Amino acid sequence: MSRLHDMGGRFGDGPVRPDTPKAPVFAAEWHGRALAVTLACGALGQWNLDTSRHAREKLSPQDYTRFTYYEIWLAALADLLVQKGVLSEDDLAGQGSDAPHPLAEKCLHADAVAGVLARGGPATREGGPSPAFVEGQTVRTRHPGGNRLVNGGHTRLPTYATGAQGRILRLHGTHVLPDSSAHGLGEAPEPLYAVAFPAGELWSHPEHPEDEVVLDLWQSYLDPV
Amino acid sequence: MPHDHSDHPHALLPPDPALRVKALETILTRKGLIDPAALDEIIDTYQNKIGPQNGARVVARAWSDPAFKAVLLADADPVLAELGYYGRQGEHMVVVENTPEQHNMVVCTLCSCYPWPLLGIPPGWYKSDAYRARAVREPRAVLLDFGVILPEGTRVRVWDSTAEVRYLVLPMRPEGSEGLSEDQLAELVTRDSMVGTGLPKSPPEAP
Repeated sequence: MSRLHDMGGRFGDGPVRPDTPKAPVFAAEWHGRALAVTLACGALGQWNLDTSRHAREKLSPQDYTRFTYYEIWLAALADLLVQKGVLSEDDLAGQGSDAPHPLAEKCLHADAVAGVLARGGPATREGGPSPAFVEGQTVRTRHPGGNRLVNGGHTRLPTYATGAQGRILRLHGTHVLPDSSAHGLGEAPEPLYAVAFPAGELWSHPEHPEDEVVLDLWQSYLDPV
Repeated sequence: MPHDHSDHPHALLPPDPALRVKALETILTRKGLIDPAALDEIIDTYQNKIGPQNGARVVARAWSDPAFKAVLLADADPVLAELGYYGRQGEHMVVVENTPEQHNMVVCTLCSCYPWPLLGIPPGWYKSDAYRARAVREPRAVLLDFGVILPEGTRVRVWDSTAEVRYLVLPMRPEGSEGLSEDQLAELVTRDSMVGTGLPKSPPEAP
């Protein structure tokens, strides 16, 4: 039931390699281009952030492994453009038409970029269920994890944190539920909490007994203890 | 081609990533769906305008102004918006303070969530499998990769950014920085110290 992006706690990846203080923002020119094309296509309004995350996650394990970070973005973007009917497979193969596209009026132009980036896209919503938990309360994450609406669908409860007992640190307000939003099933907003887990609750060999991991988790990911 | 196109249309594009992005950009531009000048603008924004210098200003201000710090820790969004540091991938900010008792460190194990308006685009190591996999399970070993050893008795709290909340670490003000101006303090604040994988620089020795 897992996917490769869900890698928290995994063994075998070797050392983290810090960069130098003067390292460029984009290690190669095409990295910046890949990021910019992705953001510009997002502005066409045919999908949301959760859908695009899921598009990256559901690349085949072979592709997810062999692709570098921005290659994952590019592959997911191409897949989404076809899946949402923005481009055809002929278009991708270089055999499409150059006729004006019905979505061209939504094209993000240079003079609008600063405004779009500054405006952002808040995930908080009015309504939804009332908070069921209070600060300091003990909760357990559900187990098995995974998306309960769509088999193999998008979720933000990492496998390493399923079935674990933690305590509510704070309520972040009511946020769009990615498990629903990623699949066009509506925003289904729910209370979102920061939940603290002792390292010993998550790992068989914690580095230090007093260390903690905090995750942001939606109400439906949690059960009272 | 070995791929099933109906599942993986991306296989129709050239495999070389630089050519792949060029092909996609060309196709989308011809159809009027993207504007190459807008791409230039996005790249310029994150290369030259939005980066860790923003976060450093916030940290330096918090070190200098206790009332600002109190508000920042209690409810960061309104004060950050006032400073012009609101925006994409920073809509819901929480600032967490390092103390002698507790060191904070930020990761996104599921993807690469990062507070763009304050720190810009995440560095390669933040997006690497090694960091995403290990930061939650062995933060102290990861800190060692960055040359950071915490004092005995300091707890580590790792924040896994699983939702749209973005975290910024408020590092401890370095010893010997009394009397420095906000601008001078901002010079001491490194990007990594705001992710929790580094510590601020020490102030230059007095002449």
